[in-house]
Amino acid sequence: MNTPTAPDAMYRNDEGLGLWEHRGKVAAVGVGHAPTARRWDGRPETCVGAISIQALRQAIDDAGVAPEQIDGLVVVPVTTTGAFWEEGKPLPMDVIESFQQTDDPLDGVAKLSAEWLLANMPELTNVKFTMYGPGCMSNALNVAAQAVGDGLTHTCLVVKSWHNFEGRYYQSGANAEEALPGTAAMTRLWGGPASYGTALQFAEYCRKYGKTHEMMAPFMENSRRNGLMFPEGYWAQHRPEELGREDYLAARWIAKPANLFDNDIPIMMSGAYLFSTAERAADMKQKPVYILNHASSNARPRSLTPTLDEVEAETARTARKIYEGAGITADDLSFENMYDGFSLFHQFHLEGLGYRGIKFGEALDFYQTDISIEGPNPVSPSGGNVGSGRSRVWMHTDCIQQLQGRAGPRQVTGVTPEVAVSGGPMPLGGNFTVWSASPD
Amino acid sequence: MTKQGVVPDSFSEPFWDAANEERLVIQNCRDCDRLQHPPAEACRECGAGDSLEWKPVSGRGTIYNYGVVHDCPVRLLQKDQPFNLAVITLDDDPGIQMFSHLPGTPVDDVPVGAAVEVIFEPTANGQLVPEWRVIAD
Ligand SMILES: [Zn+2]
Repeated sequence: MNTPTAPDAMYRNDEGLGLWEHRGKVAAVGVGHAPTARRWDGRPETCVGAISIQALRQAIDDAGVAPEQIDGLVVVPVTTTGAFWEEGKPLPMDVIESFQQTDDPLDGVAKLSAEWLLANMPELTNVKFTMYGPGCMSNALNVAAQAVGDGLTHTCLVVKSWHNFEGRYYQSGANAEEALPGTAAMTRLWGGPASYGTALQFAEYCRKYGKTHEMMAPFMENSRRNGLMFPEGYWAQHRPEELGREDYLAARWIAKPANLFDNDIPIMMSGAYLFSTAERAADMKQKPVYILNHASSNARPRSLTPTLDEVEAETARTARKIYEGAGITADDLSFENMYDGFSLFHQFHLEGLGYRGIKFGEALDFYQTDISIEGPNPVSPSGGNVGSGRSRVWMHTDCIQQLQGRAGPRQVTGVTPEVAVSGGPMPLGGNFTVWSASPD
Repeated sequence: MTKQGVVPDSFSEPFWDAANEERLVIQNCRDCDRLQHPPAEACRECGAGDSLEWKPVSGRGTIYNYGVVHDCPVRLLQKDQPFNLAVITLDDDPGIQMFSHLPGTPVDDVPVGAAVEVIFEPTANGQLVPEWRVIAD
């Protein structure tokens, strides 16, 4: 089986497309998560392939579906958090040989192919459709939703996993060299860390609207609180520590105004979902959560890094696409669950959506009000990457679980969970899914 | 602070050769009369590849924005932390940005909006690189 990458046509990139043609006809049912870890400990049973199998089997079991009923698999093939298997480092043969292999020995260790998964999940006997949705779970969800809607698969698994190895991330390779190739050098000689671009946008935002980094504290506190109620998450599993205002503000800078906690912590994790047609979902074990729309942003900045104007124009455009295809307005959102890694761009997504009527420049003031799961205006009930580590998955799992009414201690109580949107990552460049408790 | 050296490739060579002569050139599409940076194989506006040239620009700019890097992934720069990392916009076209460490400007005391001029400083292997300095009043 040769797995293709999803064609551009599967994403809804444009405005003016009208209602999504499969609105309410595709549903998410099962959810699966493997245990998290800070880094891979080198054992076969914790490698990225193994935890992916674990998450997938849990999603199948959660949906109450027999494995032979599954006929589709959408995979994010890239699993790195920024850590790569160093060139020349001996291959972990004991791990590799514990599994059925593909042509790449690092498949299942430092990447993930659909072929590797199928070879190592012999119970999946009827998978006829496989596709890559590269990047984030947010891409893969859009691809899976479109594939089920288009009839390419009727019962489809979706998986995104992350590996994290020893060593400080992004510090090997070109960053450790004495010289850079000329083309890369034009932008990379200055040494901005990963969060630098977001830090810049946040700095411009604060200057324009008269806001401060300190005003992020209630959002960070709320996110960690929600994350600690996410039993699948890293902080809940390994470091059940609250993130108080003082802790947050005392943290060291990475790229000021982005500090350590504004940067999500890289972890080992795997998350999986089971999607199906709305008809089939009706007979499954969990309440179906219907997909009303998916939308994408593929804007690029004019030059090196997005300006605030470019950010705001694009988040507004993305929101119009989200609402148009789903046939909803901002008033329909029960809560807000957009991406937060890095935390300093969460407000851009929130303002773009116009959640609870807020406008550009108002989100940090909104953070000073009740944004808890108990209140009328929940912000990031998942806790996001701030609350559970870098996965870009928590927001999706939380939307599904909230609308199913099984978010446990995280369940929103101040609003009735009916319609939600999740997605990201960046204000320029992301994929978004609209979820609903009912198909219309 | 000394940046990593540069090994020009065929694509970037005109930019780096000009820098060694203390001239700043930016990729330009002749058909669109539009600068682009970072440079690319084709014009991002019209898609043409054969209309691209390296165009001299004035070397005057403005500090648009900045951050302060405390945890740099580039090993060679780590001893200089924390350092300013600013975004400069060119006066020739304020849509075009360049990065700068703003030599001579105190850390985290950056006059956003101030006028700057290009200078050229040596990298670790002697290749000159465009940098920017605040113009004194
Ligand atoms: Zn052109």
